[in-house]
Amino acid sequence: MTCTDIQAAIHGYLDGELDAVRNLEVEQHLQHCAVCSQTYKADQTLQGAIKTVSQYYRAPADLRKRIQSSIRQGDKSERVVPAMPWRWLAVAASVVFVVILAWALVPSRYGLDAEQLVAQEVVSSHVRSLMVDHVADVMSSDQHTVKPWFTGKLDFSPPVKNLTNEGFPLVGSRLDYLENRAVAALVYQRRNHVINLIIWPSSHDTYVKTKALARQGYHLVHWSQAGMTYWVISDLNDTELQEFVRLVQASS
Amino acid sequence: MWKERNVPEQTVARFEQVVLPHMDAAYNLARWLTRNDHDAEDLVQESYLRAFKFFGSFQGANARGWLLTIVRNTCYTWFRENRPQELTTSFDENIHSTEADPFDPEKLLLQSESGQLIKQAMEELPLEFREVLTLRELEGLSYKEIAVIAGIPPGTVMSRLARARSRLKQHLTKLVNKEC
Repeated sequence: MTCTDIQAAIHGYLDGELDAVRNLEVEQHLQHCAVCSQTYKADQTLQGAIKTVSQYYRAPADLRKRIQSSIRQGDKSERVVPAMPWRWLAVAASVVFVVILAWALVPSRYGLDAEQLVAQEVVSSHVRSLMVDHVADVMSSDQHTVKPWFTGKLDFSPPVKNLTNEGFPLVGSRLDYLENRAVAALVYQRRNHVINLIIWPSSHDTYVKTKALARQGYHLVHWSQAGMTYWVISDLNDTELQEFVRLVQASS
Repeated sequence: MWKERNVPEQTVARFEQVVLPHMDAAYNLARWLTRNDHDAEDLVQESYLRAFKFFGSFQGANARGWLLTIVRNTCYTWFRENRPQELTTSFDENIHSTEADPFDPEKLLLQSESGQLIKQAMEELPLEFREVLTLRELEGLSYKEIAVIAGIPPGTVMSRLARARSRLKQHLTKLVNKEC
């Protein structure tokens, strides 16, 4: 290496960015070349001086506050849903609670079958998720994020498929409790409609054919396949929901 | 409809945890590029709002690098609109050829105001030199990280740093000789 080459590489040497071979070449050259070695020392001193004496500007405290509040405000201004007074929300919640309670008492008197009981639990789960701002515990459209998230939280591994390309983007997932057990709830979206896909291992391994029903203005579809029970619920129209069901069935 | 209610709270919390801690780095870069407090504050604030907007697309582990890229781009846009001459003078390399007085670091360090002199000399450097020196010496970033932030190949980072340091030495020599 000539002195010109060394002068070019000196900065990489100084910054510890050269590969081992070039590093050694520069090192050896510096040992017996007074000119290059002087340049190197000057650069080294300069570097040390910049690091120690030149100023590192820290963000002023009021800037920090301003940014924090502008992010919070931006967050609020983006909220489309008008702020609902808490009192009304509480009233609505208690009304729903009474409705759920009434529903829970109905089957014992009128002997509703198992399917209807589950359907009611699914509706409650769906309504609850929308009502208390708890649609999802983990927000991600990536099935490789959502699926591992369930590990350790459930005693089964639910099939997770992102259907964004098919027009039903995966939004996230949450844990829910249904049929006396922890279940996986996958949240999908179609325009402004939320679709909850609730999955848990079925008690019997047999295939249960797809069945659709309606409850309180929601469309529900359920079936069993490959040892899992699936319930889909949404306020989406029946046709599009059936399309969603077909996509889930095809991918499960 | 739920999205507007639901996402922000979680997103804000994660943003505050991941991106807010790097505000000093953001401010330091903006401050060295613009050379004044007021513009630096405005640009950092603007950068943060942009970062928040695009936070959904951020997936990497290097939040500082990601934020600094946004700060750098925000600053350059601002320069284009407000101080376009700063972007063109960067390429003036004429001074480079006239290294009359050899740089004597010992002489510099004997100066009681050496900190002030270095700061002054650095501020006189063209924009792209201030940028690489700030990222390398003050932020301690690797060539690879600087390359990503400045949008140049890693090899260019080394040559740009070489030119920046050489120019800085000239400025310093001039300043030290003036002080003596």
